[in-house]
Amino acid sequence: MKNILTASLEWVDARFPLSKMWNEHLAQYYAPKNFNFWYYFGSLALVLLIMQIFTGIFLAGNYKPDAALAFGSVEYIMRDVNYGWLIRYMHSTGASFFFLFIYLHMFRALLYGSYKKPRELIWLIGMLIYVCLMAESFLGYLLPWGQMSYWGAQVIISLFGAIPVIGEELAVWVRGDYVIGDTTLNRFFAYHVVLVPIILLALAVVHIIALHEVGSNNPDGIDIKKHKDPKTGIPLDGIPFHPYYTVKDIVGIVVFLIFFSIIIFYMPEFHGYFLEYNNFVPADPMKTPAHIEPSWYFTPFYAILRAVPDKFLGVIAMGAAIVVLFFLPWLDRSPVRSIRYKGWIFKTALALFVISFFGLAYLGMNAPTPLRTDFARLFSAIYFGFFLLMPWYSKLDKTKPVPERVTDR
Amino acid sequence: MTDGIDDKDKRRFLIAATTTVGAVGFGFAVWPFLASLKPSARTQAAGAPVEIDISKLEDGQRLIVEWRGKPVWIVKRTEKMLADLDTLTPKLRDINSEESIQPDYAKNITRSMKPEYLVVVGICTHLGCSPSYVKTTDAHDLGEDWKGGFFCPCHGSFFDLAGRVYLGVPAPTNLVVPPHTYLSDTRILVGVDPQAGVA
Amino acid sequence: MRQLILALTVLLPGIALASGGGVHLQEANNDLNDKASLQAGAKLFVNYCMGCHSANYVRFQRIGKDLGISNSELQENLMFNADKVGETMNIALDKSDVKRWFGVVPADLSVIARARGTDWLYTYLLSFYLDDSRPLGVNNLVFKDVGMPHVLWDRQGWQKPVYEVTTDAHGKTHQVLKTLELVGKDKMSGNEYLAKVESYRKDVRDLVNFLDYIGEPNKLVGRSLGWKVILFLVIFLGFAYALKKDYWKDVH
Repeated sequence: MKNILTASLEWVDARFPLSKMWNEHLAQYYAPKNFNFWYYFGSLALVLLIMQIFTGIFLAGNYKPDAALAFGSVEYIMRDVNYGWLIRYMHSTGASFFFLFIYLHMFRALLYGSYKKPRELIWLIGMLIYVCLMAESFLGYLLPWGQMSYWGAQVIISLFGAIPVIGEELAVWVRGDYVIGDTTLNRFFAYHVVLVPIILLALAVVHIIALHEVGSNNPDGIDIKKHKDPKTGIPLDGIPFHPYYTVKDIVGIVVFLIFFSIIIFYMPEFHGYFLEYNNFVPADPMKTPAHIEPSWYFTPFYAILRAVPDKFLGVIAMGAAIVVLFFLPWLDRSPVRSIRYKGWIFKTALALFVISFFGLAYLGMNAPTPLRTDFARLFSAIYFGFFLLMPWYSKLDKTKPVPERVTDR
Repeated sequence: MTDGIDDKDKRRFLIAATTTVGAVGFGFAVWPFLASLKPSARTQAAGAPVEIDISKLEDGQRLIVEWRGKPVWIVKRTEKMLADLDTLTPKLRDINSEESIQPDYAKNITRSMKPEYLVVVGICTHLGCSPSYVKTTDAHDLGEDWKGGFFCPCHGSFFDLAGRVYLGVPAPTNLVVPPHTYLSDTRILVGVDPQAGVA
Repeated sequence: MRQLILALTVLLPGIALASGGGVHLQEANNDLNDKASLQAGAKLFVNYCMGCHSANYVRFQRIGKDLGISNSELQENLMFNADKVGETMNIALDKSDVKRWFGVVPADLSVIARARGTDWLYTYLLSFYLDDSRPLGVNNLVFKDVGMPHVLWDRQGWQKPVYEVTTDAHGKTHQVLKTLELVGKDKMSGNEYLAKVESYRKDVRDLVNFLDYIGEPNKLVGRSLGWKVILFLVIFLGFAYALKKDYWKDVH
């Protein structure tokens, strides 16, 4: 007698490639064995995506996208709904962690050249995910209908007004009102809970499929498929994702959950970075708070916007700062992928870039002064220089010979 | 790859232990989400006990009040109505309310604490419609021997003036009697049991 | 126009003023675990604040449960307009009337502690002083030209500003606000004065404590749940790490 489980699996397999998918993406997906710390953030970002969708469903079950009721409905969730406070904090803290992990994940790609051939498409899809995520967080940020929600959205939507000729009308069209209003809140809610999450989920799936088609990069940036076991055809430096990386990722997830718990239980506002103090004041279209700033994950781009002394060009610069990232695979002309085998020029450029990025993030969080504006311009120049000069300096850079096999372990 | 395992028992133990602890953690994590679907503090507050003044209720009159979003009826029954209850015995399904829901103090023939006042939730025990109150004096086509009671328009169930269900109708049990307390002769608090307190 | 440069003086009963123009906020040091303080704060809130301010998201019942106040005590001591404990701390106030009186509609105070911070509230309530130029006769150091009257004056008394004349680098003289002191200080002994100041500070601390509590009633729930969750995760981490280590022994 055949085991009923095996029989059921066979029944399904004859109709749907379940075992095949399991093998292709987990049990027989051979990942390089030398993944380091930086390789946790992809799976962590996936965990966050699922968590945000799940907590979001429960929040949407109690939230009211109505300008007169929205602020109160969030407080209702925080007080009257059983464990509503926990679900809300998971969602608000989750948003910040999602960005943190996506930034670290992107930085990993920068370190080890994960965007280079043949993984250009993975990078492009990843960039689309990043852009969608920015849209998602911007839309979601309006929903609590506090002062920061309101004026943040007001400022960002007004950016459309910078576009010549059609700008003002476009901004009105996006809002459905002359200022941010009930209509805007209602439609932003629809986009935030339906439209963008669907796109994000689809892109995440495509991102993973594309990755598994070409195989994962690794800290050495070498192609593990070049050296396969002659008998089995399995890469010598590859190990099956499941169980090796699943058990490893579980460790990463638990460590993340510990940090996550510390924040949601003990410092949910995270000093005003995850939940701004001003957002506990209901939106008042008649009164702008003295100091407004975007969420921390947008501040580098906000600083670039402010660094340019022209409304239209500022918007262009801010947009370009994101668009330029899409071209990264074709800007990097280095013959090697990983920073381990790149020369001092690239290392210096990357260091300057990181400093500028943090510098811009800091400047975006603080009110501008003449000195700060000068720094914002310097850092913006470095930011763009890092990408736009890359075709030259990456070619000039003296690289080290890349080993045949992975070096760690 | 599995050739290298030097201690299979250890690995088996670790898999079992991690899975168990993980499953427990998953259970804990799911709980707040399920709990969040229970009535919130606002809903509970809205469903708080309701105080009703019955001093102006006339003989045979029905008063409808809302408790937890449901209609609660208070009917002042006349001596005649109470006397008629006994005559209906062969037509009823659950005469002594053995299978129906009511507090102990309403588990009697009149299904009430004080015989003249019927306090019931006006929701048919079949599929949740609210029956109509049909008095003998009302125009009705429920037959000559109709003693007054409640008729559910949705699926045709009948209840007598003690909220007891007739035989041969879809409703399975008598109308539900909510917990209630007499604060005085003329004031009823629906939603509070005299012994057990707030429902 | 009289130019005020706020200078810093750290004098115990007085208000410390920062040189940058803002007031150096004093620490509220309130304790959410102190039920007596929260109860006192609740009483002050309903007696002094709820004349104009609501706390629309806060239910009396919840306060009773968290602060250990029975329903009958709630009804007797805290609920003046509400009749059911499930109701929120709402007030019946004609908004257009208040707007005419004070120029603004008094804010709902449910989450004021989260918006302003406890230290700000504490300092704010300590910083009312007499100012004839204002329609209500009072001004505030941390909220300039505030529209709110000093409702707690019968607990604090009136404070008056104490000025000092200084000469700046350019030889100009300025009147500098040095500190605030209670009117009638000279008629009190030093100890009396300190006791009066301290008793008001306690009132304000209790009130701020209560505002902190209603701002996030689940804060203590979260704190008590948090360490248990973290402890569980640490244990789970032990198993997960051991499992990972065991599997990775295969990888050479």
